[in-house]
Amino acid sequence: MADRDYGFRTRAVHAGNVPDSATGARALPIYQSSAFVFDSTEDAAARFALQKYGNIYSRLANPTVASFEERVASLEGGLGAVATSSGLSAQFVTFASLAGAGDHIVASSNLYGGSVTQLDVTLRRFGVETTFVASDDPADYAAAIIPGRTKLVFAETIANPSGDIADIAGLADVAHAASIPLVIDSTIATPYLCRPIEWGADIVVHSATKFLGGHGTTLGGVVVESGRFDWSNHNFPLFEETVAHYGGLTWYGNFGEYAFLTRLRAEQLRDIGPALAPHSAFLLAQGVETLPYRMQAHVDNARRVAEWLEADPRIETVNWAGLPSHRHHERAQQYLPIGPSSVFGFVVKGGRAVGQGLIENVNLASHLANIGDAKTLIIHPASTTHAQLTEQQLVDGGVHPGLVRLSVGIEDADDIIFDLDQALDAALKGA
Amino acid sequence: MSDATTADTATVTLANGLTCDIPASSPLAKLLKSQRTWVGPSAKERLGILRRAKSVAIVGASPNPARSSYFVGTYLQQSSNYRVYFVNPNATEILGHPAYPDLASLPEVPDIVDVFRKASDIPSVIDDVLAVGAPTVWVQLGIWNEEAARYGESKGLTVVMDRCIKVEHARFHGGLHLMGFDTGVISAKKQVR
Repeated sequence: MADRDYGFRTRAVHAGNVPDSATGARALPIYQSSAFVFDSTEDAAARFALQKYGNIYSRLANPTVASFEERVASLEGGLGAVATSSGLSAQFVTFASLAGAGDHIVASSNLYGGSVTQLDVTLRRFGVETTFVASDDPADYAAAIIPGRTKLVFAETIANPSGDIADIAGLADVAHAASIPLVIDSTIATPYLCRPIEWGADIVVHSATKFLGGHGTTLGGVVVESGRFDWSNHNFPLFEETVAHYGGLTWYGNFGEYAFLTRLRAEQLRDIGPALAPHSAFLLAQGVETLPYRMQAHVDNARRVAEWLEADPRIETVNWAGLPSHRHHERAQQYLPIGPSSVFGFVVKGGRAVGQGLIENVNLASHLANIGDAKTLIIHPASTTHAQLTEQQLVDGGVHPGLVRLSVGIEDADDIIFDLDQALDAALKGA
Repeated sequence: MSDATTADTATVTLANGLTCDIPASSPLAKLLKSQRTWVGPSAKERLGILRRAKSVAIVGASPNPARSSYFVGTYLQQSSNYRVYFVNPNATEILGHPAYPDLASLPEVPDIVDVFRKASDIPSVIDDVLAVGAPTVWVQLGIWNEEAARYGESKGLTVVMDRCIKVEHARFHGGLHLMGFDTGVISAKKQVR
């Protein structure tokens, strides 16, 4: 092997995909197999005891899924990754690994609606309490931490649809002062635009369904860990206690920096079960090959569309942090110098009626509940993705009732602008 | 993978130039870890060491299945082509093979001596390695003794330190990849066996 630090674009194409040793297949083979034969009973015993590496059953590990995992870990600058069947399950296995009944989580209130309900409904019912912080100031997160009970701090690199940017370095300092990890959902940013681990985050989770896969075809999630957090700091005793079902090992004692990810796979994937399907991993890994080029095109188009919207008299506000008018413009320049992705909200003059009219009259933008597709997507959050939230939660999440959310695709920017322009005209005529 | 269960102390160099042993998990040990000056072989060089070797002796091998050295022994026996020897004067058999009292009792001179001993023991292990004529001493993950490393190198030894031979072998031979870890391997050639 060459002793070289390969660039981002090279790793997007190659990381995790050394040609298959048996066949020499250059593309990533799809190992569509539930289970894998053992060489002997001795081999089986050693694999089950985690004494050697080897495939057992695709709920735990699968060679196609492993390629996707290594590729994302490489791009994020992490130690490794564990892939899951969706972004929500990536978060769930992470939270389930670190917090149990009686524990506490500090999270931004400015989260994806499904993340809010995962924490506020399901995990709360399991005895894990979450304090949602309606502030962008790390000091307010610090104030919400309960020493000994709080197990992690959670925020999104780029919130949606507010377009707010997390102060990742500030939140990392707050978490580390309490000897707990900072977990960042970086779905909207992707590692091309921001690598949270470089700013001090310990764990990065993604809905790979969005920009990583990139084509709106495949559900998936992934957890990346830095390998830097000290899991032997006594705030997480499960890492230091003897594990009877794995022959008396201790996760930290036997695996050191590999403890979190090894346990996440051998315990949380084993017990909770949201494995990524091999065929899905193939599609997602193929999507990642073009991530740098797509993200650059998404950001370039987002800039054109956001600037056009802001200059248009029919528009009230545009929540894209790439614009100098956004309250987090400076943060965006710090954390996302190429641009703050292409998912953002804007408010049309005339409120709810004009917003709905706009969505009903677009021809190119697709009206659906997803983001991060090559195609431009549009939706009205208050009546769809965020419908399960209360009025107060909507306000805390920065969701104006007349707000329209756009996920700018990689079509010709002029065509996206043409479509929005004619739809706004039609909406105003109809209103 | 780590030897945290066997090496509970680290030999550190203090600001006044003196060295002492302190608990490896202490904040001081962690602070001083960031001030290391010895640099071991690169990824490419480590791969070369592993590829050239035909035999590995594990000094400080344990018959206890929960210990890291047992994990490393199992892995090397089953997932590599090395001839693997266990050295432990207090054991008779480990993983179905005889445990030897010292390096000098082995039936051959091993290419790599893999060490699970506390940091302050490393200089005497290096003397044993030199005495039998093995070319490489591999000090396991979590063990750091800069003075000993420099001493070994001055006597012509290849020294790897604070790295797990299981993890490094698995990095280049597919095991780490299977578990979703970043191996750093970018290659258009088939995986080496």
